[in-house]
Amino acid sequence: MSPRRTDTGGRIDRLKTIRFSFDGVAYTGHAGDTLASALLAKGVTLFGRSFKYHRPRGLLTAGVEEPNALVTVLKGEVREPNIPATMVEIHDGLVAISQNRFPSLAWDIHAVNQLGGKILSAGFYYKTFMGPVIGPLKGTRFWMFCEHFIRRAAGLGSAGSAKDPAHYERMNAFCDVLVVGSGPAGLMAAKAAADQGARVMLADLEPRFGGSTNWSNETIDGAPAADWARRTVTQLEGRDNVRLLPRTTVWGYYDNNTLAALERVSDHKEQPAKGEPRHRYWAIRARSVVLATGAFERPLVFPGNDRPGVMLAHAAERYANEFGVLPGERIALFTNNDSAYRAAIALKKAGAAIVAIADVRSELSPEMRKLATEAEAEIFAGHAVVATEGGKALSGVKVQRFDMVTGALTGDERSIHADCLLMSGGWSPTIHLASQAGAKAEWNAARQAFLPPKPAQQWIGAGAFTGSFSTAEAIAEGRAAGLAAAGGTSTPAALPTVEAVHGDPDPAPVFEIRAKGKSFVDFQHDVTAEDVRLAHREGFVSVEHLKRYTTLGMATDQGKSSNVPGLAIMAEALGKPIPEVGTTRFRPPFAPVSIGSLAAERFGDLKPERLTPMHDWHVANGATMYSAGLWYRPMIYGLSGETIEQAYVREAKATRESAGIVDVSTLGKIAVQGPDAAAFLDRVYTNMFSTLAVGKARYGLMLREDGFAFDDGTTWRLGEQDFLMTTTTANAGKVMQHLEYFLDVIWPDLKVHVTSVTDEWAGAAIGGPKARQILAACVTGTAVDNATLPFMGIVHGQIAGVPVMICRLSFSGEMAFEVYSGAGHGIHVWEALIEAGKPFGLVAYGLEALGTMRIEKGHVTGAEIDGRTTARDLHLDWMLSKKKPFIGSAMMDREGLIASDRLELVGLIALDNRPLNGGAHIVEALDETNPHGSIGHITACCYSPALGKHIALALVQAGKARHGTRAHVSDPLRNRFGPVEIVSNHFYDPEGTRMHG
Amino acid sequence: MLITCPYCGPRDVIEFTYQGDGNRERPDPASQNFEAWNAYVYDRLNPAGDHNEIWQHSGGCRAHLRVVRNTLTHEISSVAFVRGDHASAARRKAEDKA
Repeated sequence: MSPRRTDTGGRIDRLKTIRFSFDGVAYTGHAGDTLASALLAKGVTLFGRSFKYHRPRGLLTAGVEEPNALVTVLKGEVREPNIPATMVEIHDGLVAISQNRFPSLAWDIHAVNQLGGKILSAGFYYKTFMGPVIGPLKGTRFWMFCEHFIRRAAGLGSAGSAKDPAHYERMNAFCDVLVVGSGPAGLMAAKAAADQGARVMLADLEPRFGGSTNWSNETIDGAPAADWARRTVTQLEGRDNVRLLPRTTVWGYYDNNTLAALERVSDHKEQPAKGEPRHRYWAIRARSVVLATGAFERPLVFPGNDRPGVMLAHAAERYANEFGVLPGERIALFTNNDSAYRAAIALKKAGAAIVAIADVRSELSPEMRKLATEAEAEIFAGHAVVATEGGKALSGVKVQRFDMVTGALTGDERSIHADCLLMSGGWSPTIHLASQAGAKAEWNAARQAFLPPKPAQQWIGAGAFTGSFSTAEAIAEGRAAGLAAAGGTSTPAALPTVEAVHGDPDPAPVFEIRAKGKSFVDFQHDVTAEDVRLAHREGFVSVEHLKRYTTLGMATDQGKSSNVPGLAIMAEALGKPIPEVGTTRFRPPFAPVSIGSLAAERFGDLKPERLTPMHDWHVANGATMYSAGLWYRPMIYGLSGETIEQAYVREAKATRESAGIVDVSTLGKIAVQGPDAAAFLDRVYTNMFSTLAVGKARYGLMLREDGFAFDDGTTWRLGEQDFLMTTTTANAGKVMQHLEYFLDVIWPDLKVHVTSVTDEWAGAAIGGPKARQILAACVTGTAVDNATLPFMGIVHGQIAGVPVMICRLSFSGEMAFEVYSGAGHGIHVWEALIEAGKPFGLVAYGLEALGTMRIEKGHVTGAEIDGRTTARDLHLDWMLSKKKPFIGSAMMDREGLIASDRLELVGLIALDNRPLNGGAHIVEALDETNPHGSIGHITACCYSPALGKHIALALVQAGKARHGTRAHVSDPLRNRFGPVEIVSNHFYDPEGTRMHG
Repeated sequence: MLITCPYCGPRDVIEFTYQGDGNRERPDPASQNFEAWNAYVYDRLNPAGDHNEIWQHSGGCRAHLRVVRNTLTHEISSVAFVRGDHASAARRKAEDKA
């Protein structure tokens, strides 16, 4: 005997057959099935192996809270582990496999762990791996060796390493009312709010709206509840002010009523539609929220409660009524409350035999007795299940007389032949979102459950979420909540009438049956009742410690079914009532969230790109592009067969011999304008700018308030009140923000306006002995000779009919000019320069050659201005004006910032003539086996064509005093050791004769 | 978290950049009072409750705002332009003189 599909019933489409595979075996199911229901219909009861003991496990639930039946879904090369089979909708071609078993689910080698139960108890890792190793293995890495195998034995599915090709989306949404949960309460709330004209969003994590109406067997307004729900959903679908989100888990409740939700858009399809994402992350700002999230049924804790075939009562009801699947032919029930009797009737109707109902309560209401009789079940009032039998499927249960007050078991055990045991330990409202929203749950002794707290944000609860477990209450509360959330007033209106089985919503306060054998509290993490008591005996009495020591509630299901039973057992051990033990606060996410959905489109193809006006030219001319922040810049313009080093050496050499041109459009550019612009720059830069003549540029250095170096660049005085500041590419945004802060917050009296004009100007730097001749050949409207355009001078003219601004300044150390034009003309001017340069041997060069020439010159960049260096460290102290205060001037002379052993900028020459590495350490005495004694590190390195040597810039302790001395590079990670000479950072043409010409 | 920019209206916090404790007083630029500079650069209030903070609407109008935010609840009780502070302080000064 085994589970099977019923002949009729269920909300599946029996005409549609779907083919899928599980563990390599082909199965069929129907449209509307989950992987769980489809496999169960085929008689599969074994779904997984437990975390620690590798016990066989079956389905405990039918929903998101499933702790046992976790599977890995394979899509091509991509594997997604740890998905509850209850949440996987089957589609043609679905491939799923079981987890944590070897070699197969049925024959698992690690099942021997079940014999080692005493050793693998709570705190196993702490006890095992923290203790000293004694005996012959002392001093070895024996534990680390063992750990590898133990960690392999315990665990969940394994993650894949293939790149996830799926695409994910993020949506921002705004609404007046967000309704979470689409059971009777949620549907009523959505309808009431929508009727008020509010913008409503309704989200449910299931594919089918309707919640319990899909399986309750109740009637609403004389029709099956599911029909009523479908009608209501159809009404909502037709409205412009309602957005319905099925398959959408609202997983986070944040400040200002911002909620996060995950919509599983196409997981249930064989192929997503064109452009359709796999998941969509919703950031929803809701004016108010209706929480109609229902409740989770709790398991009872008794020996063997984890055997495949033991499941929650309502889950069986769902399988029977929603999916047309009988979880067994001979079904026994074990309960502490009335709700399970409804399940008995449902399964009886669906065709199963109800062999027994064991109820811990000795007094049963006449209504429940009547239901049991209707189900033709033998009643065991005042009894408990004390054992289950069978291997990978249930074959029977044992019941014994049970005293609810003392917990004592008396009398003879009685065996009952059954292939399925349904249990119900009462219900816990799904208060996770309310708890995330910021308030503490309150224990309700009657319901034996934590009820939602008083709202700390704009939300209203309705239905089972509030502890009102009947459908009639859910409908009334749902309507009231929807009205209130939409700001409407409650008017008396006829509510839909419900026909349902009436039971007592309050369970008996029984959580555990103490008998011999393993009784599981947390199924997913294999935490037993005995583990909880062990934790108590070892002194872990706070609920937070209990959680961490036993890992109770820390699995991927986050204790949805185990939290309250675990607390109850701890409370009993402590001899305290449950509310005094307290509960842990729920934190987002409510259920696991795909990382892809959080990244959404902010990576890969959709990452924003900043391209200079000359970008297409670079690409067309063989440039290898390099991403620098959001910018793309040419790294080299490689010829075929050239290595990167050969290319940059050729480019740098050609520049120093004739001329080179580089795209500098990415430099940050800020227009600083206004009557106080010069005064402002005097405060911002360490050196003077008010003395700068119109038509001249000056190199400037900025410090931070704390006295460390911040950024450098040239600023050009275009007019009395008009400056163009340039910044490093990387710091453009930061410098802008820095200037704005000081103007807005510190010196609002200064009449200055700053505007980011980075994107308005295209820039080309042309340098080399022939640079001036090239300009002379193409610039009109101005001379470019030494008198007209001296070092740091600015002229205005035209190139190919386009107005340009030319400043003579040099980063390469050559006679060089920066040519700026409007961004729209950038490519035009660039091509004109290239054309004019042809007779002179002009080459385009990239970042590598730029870097090489700046290292040869000893100029600093972000690698040296790294937030830890001062102006003095970089030998820029000549720029620190003594005539005026500036940002950072008050703090730059602090003791630690002028100490003599600070890291200072130096040059290094490799004496072994081998390449150096960025990040390598500098040591005085080399010890390859025990590298230590770093006196600094390399910040930038290259092969210098001008010197014919491998050189580097480095920050070295008291570096200047070491000029001319020897040291060593020590780079154990890359196994590069060798002698270097410490020299001045100005390797090449230190007098600057080339650029001054 | 939403911040109601006086210029742009209620906007999500991702549009803003936190620019620090709004209680700091920058010493006179020429001041050599090291204690005061040290306090300005490094000391920050960290109250459990209302905090006077500076935020820049960097993804919007780029104005700097003085925001009073409750650090326990994230409730924002007031938002004003920082520049407005100065303008009104200058006005008060002028009025006091007159």
